[in-house]
Amino acid sequence: MENNTMNRTRIRTIIFKVFVYTFLVGFAIFVLIPFYWMVLTSFKSFEQVRTEVPPSLFIGFKELRIIENYTSAWLAAPYWEYMLRTVAVAAISTIGTIFTTIFAAFAFARLNFKGRDILFLALISTMMIPGEMFVITNYITVSNLGWYQSVGQTQLEAMLALTMPFMTSVFYLFFLRQAFKQIPDELYLAAKVDGTSDWKYLWKIMVPIASPTIITIIILNAMGTWSAYIWPKLVAGPYPLVTNGLREAYQDFFGIVNYSQQMAAALIVTLPLLIVFLFLKKYIMRGVSRSGIKG
Amino acid sequence: MLEKQSNLKALFYLAPAMVLLSVFTFYPLFNAFFLAFLKDYEFLLRSARGYTLFGNFKNVITDPDFVIAMKNTSVITFVSVPISVMVALLISVALNSVKKLQGAFQTIFFLPYVTNAIAIGMAFAFIFHADYGLLNTILGWFGINPINWVGLNASWNNAMFALLVYTVWGGLAFKIMVFLSGLQSIDKQYYDAARVDATPRRRVLTKITIPLLSPMIFYITVTSFIGAFKAYRTIVGMFGETLRPPGTLSKDSLITIVGLVYDALAHADATGKMSEAAAASIILFSITMIFTLVQMQISKRRVHF
Repeated sequence: MENNTMNRTRIRTIIFKVFVYTFLVGFAIFVLIPFYWMVLTSFKSFEQVRTEVPPSLFIGFKELRIIENYTSAWLAAPYWEYMLRTVAVAAISTIGTIFTTIFAAFAFARLNFKGRDILFLALISTMMIPGEMFVITNYITVSNLGWYQSVGQTQLEAMLALTMPFMTSVFYLFFLRQAFKQIPDELYLAAKVDGTSDWKYLWKIMVPIASPTIITIIILNAMGTWSAYIWPKLVAGPYPLVTNGLREAYQDFFGIVNYSQQMAAALIVTLPLLIVFLFLKKYIMRGVSRSGIKG
Repeated sequence: MLEKQSNLKALFYLAPAMVLLSVFTFYPLFNAFFLAFLKDYEFLLRSARGYTLFGNFKNVITDPDFVIAMKNTSVITFVSVPISVMVALLISVALNSVKKLQGAFQTIFFLPYVTNAIAIGMAFAFIFHADYGLLNTILGWFGINPINWVGLNASWNNAMFALLVYTVWGGLAFKIMVFLSGLQSIDKQYYDAARVDATPRRRVLTKITIPLLSPMIFYITVTSFIGAFKAYRTIVGMFGETLRPPGTLSKDSLITIVGLVYDALAHADATGKMSEAAAASIILFSITMIFTLVQMQISKRRVHF
């Protein structure tokens, strides 16, 4: 009798496990399908995609076209130029963001000054405001500053328009302040006793301790630039970033879309993000789960 | 704070961020309201003919696209968010209950978060392709004839369905991450007690896990409502900048409120369009503000058990 119930719970647990894993595998497939479809299509020839109805879900070794779609996608737009520009914009805006947020987060976390709490509250309440509201006036501001005009914009002007509005971020400032706040006061007092200046304390103690958070900020910011679409399109028409360049892979002649080329282009743009993610997973996941704000 | 006041020093540290924020965050916020009340603003001349209280708002609201945008935005928000919250919750609970492969699953489920909305939108559009798409191929196995999801003259229902699938796909990652970290922080004692009492799994889920996670579920739901209300890039990814399947009329467009803002901004040179963009952005702001206020009110009162 005892044995019987034991067995029954055991069987139940196994059934439950099978059920849970089936569920997880099912949804994992759902998540992976777009990637699979993208890769698969990018390896098929133009003719194969066009003539096979319904399309094959796997690809034989003989039909495999590893290079041709990628070369044609790569040649559809000057991707090198787009990527270099995107990397430059990401580097400049990230360096800017890191410095401005480190300074400001230090002031909010460590210093005592008049109106600190009110100012901080005002800052974090701007996080609730949809970005579209800022974009409109920033478009005007950037035009007024001479960084954007519809005709004759220079590369330098475009770079200014693409980077300057993103040289700081309330979200990252908030995030970094939280990290700074966790550093015990005793450390600061001890440094004070030793005669360490605030400046030195910030760079020698606080920044190293908060470096995981800083790395998270760097990654998220750089990834954001890589996916930027709207702002570059508005203010840097002749100098697009890599995501804008994706649109050029849509080029079709006489109404015929080259899907394998399109998917190859989509993969070229997606791949760097996936590589960065797989290598720096720890920092990205921590940042996202801890912040709970972005999304 | 143990430190005495040091206003000058604070000013030094705050100045870089504050100057940038004043120009690119605070000023735009006030200016959006200013622009929205200008009458016949000419962007090229930077001049207006006086002020108008509701003129620009009226232009936005009476635009036939506004009703369409409101409908689309509401459908995207109130269909995709509840589904993705529920699915994400189930996945997180399942993920939390297994040990083997947990890390691998976690990585896979997180992938949508780090991908490019435009690129994946293109992939989804191709999955939904009537002739060459994956979905119709699978439906074909069950004898279902090809459906025109996103192609030439596709119906609004079909196009919206495709967009919703993509939106749910894109929204899962973040929610799973947050739910999972929430689940992992629940005190193990509750589960130990349940085990001692031999509580069935379903009861553990409905009586312990979900109630304890409820503040987080609520928080994620509201922030996701706000996020979904700002849908735009997913639609550009799937349908291109026309925001609708090729050949369809504007009544079948998948334009959203954000799409309305950018549409107006794209025609900023025309009289009053810049003000209409500002007015539309204020409408968007007001709606997201309502969500935020509701959230604040309820989370103030709400205790999780």
